[in-house]
Amino acid sequence: MAKKTHVTANINGEEVEFLCEPRQSLLEVLREVLGLTGSKEGCNNGNCGACTVLLDGLPVDSCLVLAVETEGAAITTIEGIAEQGHLHPLQQCFLEGAALQCGICTPGFIVGAKALLDRNPHPTENEIRFNLAGNLCRCTGYDKIVRSIQEAADRLQPSA
Amino acid sequence: MGGLTTLSGFQYVAPMDLAAAATALRDAEGRARVLAGGTDILVQLREGMRDADLLVDVKKIPELVELEYSADAGLRLGAATPCYQIYTNAEVVNAYPALVDATRIIGGWQIQSRASVGGNLCNSSPAADGIPPLMVHQAVCHLAAADGRRSVPVNDFCTGPGTNTLSPGELLATITLPPSPPGSGSAFQRFIPRNEMDIAVASAASWIELNEAGDTIQAARVALGAVAPTPVLADEAGQFLVGKAPNEDNFAEAGVLARKVASPIDDMRGTVEFRVHLVGVLTQRTLALAYQRAQDGAGHTGH
Repeated sequence: MAKKTHVTANINGEEVEFLCEPRQSLLEVLREVLGLTGSKEGCNNGNCGACTVLLDGLPVDSCLVLAVETEGAAITTIEGIAEQGHLHPLQQCFLEGAALQCGICTPGFIVGAKALLDRNPHPTENEIRFNLAGNLCRCTGYDKIVRSIQEAADRLQPSA
Repeated sequence: MGGLTTLSGFQYVAPMDLAAAATALRDAEGRARVLAGGTDILVQLREGMRDADLLVDVKKIPELVELEYSADAGLRLGAATPCYQIYTNAEVVNAYPALVDATRIIGGWQIQSRASVGGNLCNSSPAADGIPPLMVHQAVCHLAAADGRRSVPVNDFCTGPGTNTLSPGELLATITLPPSPPGSGSAFQRFIPRNEMDIAVASAASWIELNEAGDTIQAARVALGAVAPTPVLADEAGQFLVGKAPNEDNFAEAGVLARKVASPIDDMRGTVEFRVHLVGVLTQRTLALAYQRAQDGAGHTGH
């Protein structure tokens, strides 16, 4: 067993310390060390986006980040999207719009969609599809996901 | 979780300067790999395509994550600067539109947050989207090792599929692109069967420079991806266009000439015949787009 490294990172607004081996991905540490199992392992090679988290505000595949790289970083996982016990409008709209079936891709879609709406409060359908091309869903056919993101955008910032 | 895809053990260092990184690579005697965005190397280590006893994370080295642009000096791009910083920089978008086209479609957003053009170059895939744009913009690669530095034109960087000019212990530090002259424009396109998130079946980058009147091509370059063991410059296509009018007939003829340097393989992504056909089409289309951008004052619009 390789020597473990001590890492301090801000995860969902809280300073968190953990020990990890260099070979452990951020996804492994989130799920297995920190018990944050919302981020999913789909492909483990950067294709499916089920493990998407925000790293210093940018969406990344946490399977392609080493946990040791996150020293001093700010990380937001799906567990940090709801605020004060209330679902984020994206989460609420995914539920209401039935934008999920098996649910494995959902955390990644919601984190990725949040990153998009933070930068572009009213994306077009094309912009949603292009920016979330790194998130795969094999159940819904994407239409309900796109519509739910548009609905959430309207609730977050109603257009004039 | 993980099972077969769990990474096996390696050490990790994140030096703060280039000298320390070069020393770490030298001391590892070929058993080290550079870690930039990790989007290729971590996958390759997991899948056993490459191995390493040490990963040298270069993202804490200021020179390797810089993005410095000026109209006089051109672009200095750290080898580990992530793709998203390129397409979110308005000046770079205007000056190097072919490179911007590529960085917008290397993987999805999650990949672009981490993956670098330098990493794309060092991975040296024949199908790398980042390399043909660097070739038409005449990029120079600046390499560093414990015993000194050297510079290599990007055209000489790749030596075969997955191989390049870097010696063990040497790393890519920065990439520089000369200024884009007024009246020039560039474009990159690839063919993939999906809309996004795929590896090029074939790709082309074009760059042209117009005369002051805008009716004659003064200089032109075309580079191709995924149709040879390395990305290749289609010299004859570029030469043909010099002194010609920027019109569809000439762009089509350049496409025919570009096909001559394509020596692709047959594989699951496409046949030889299809790839050669794509070279002609993509050359013509990227020339037309490069021309449009040159006329617009290199204004790059959306994707």
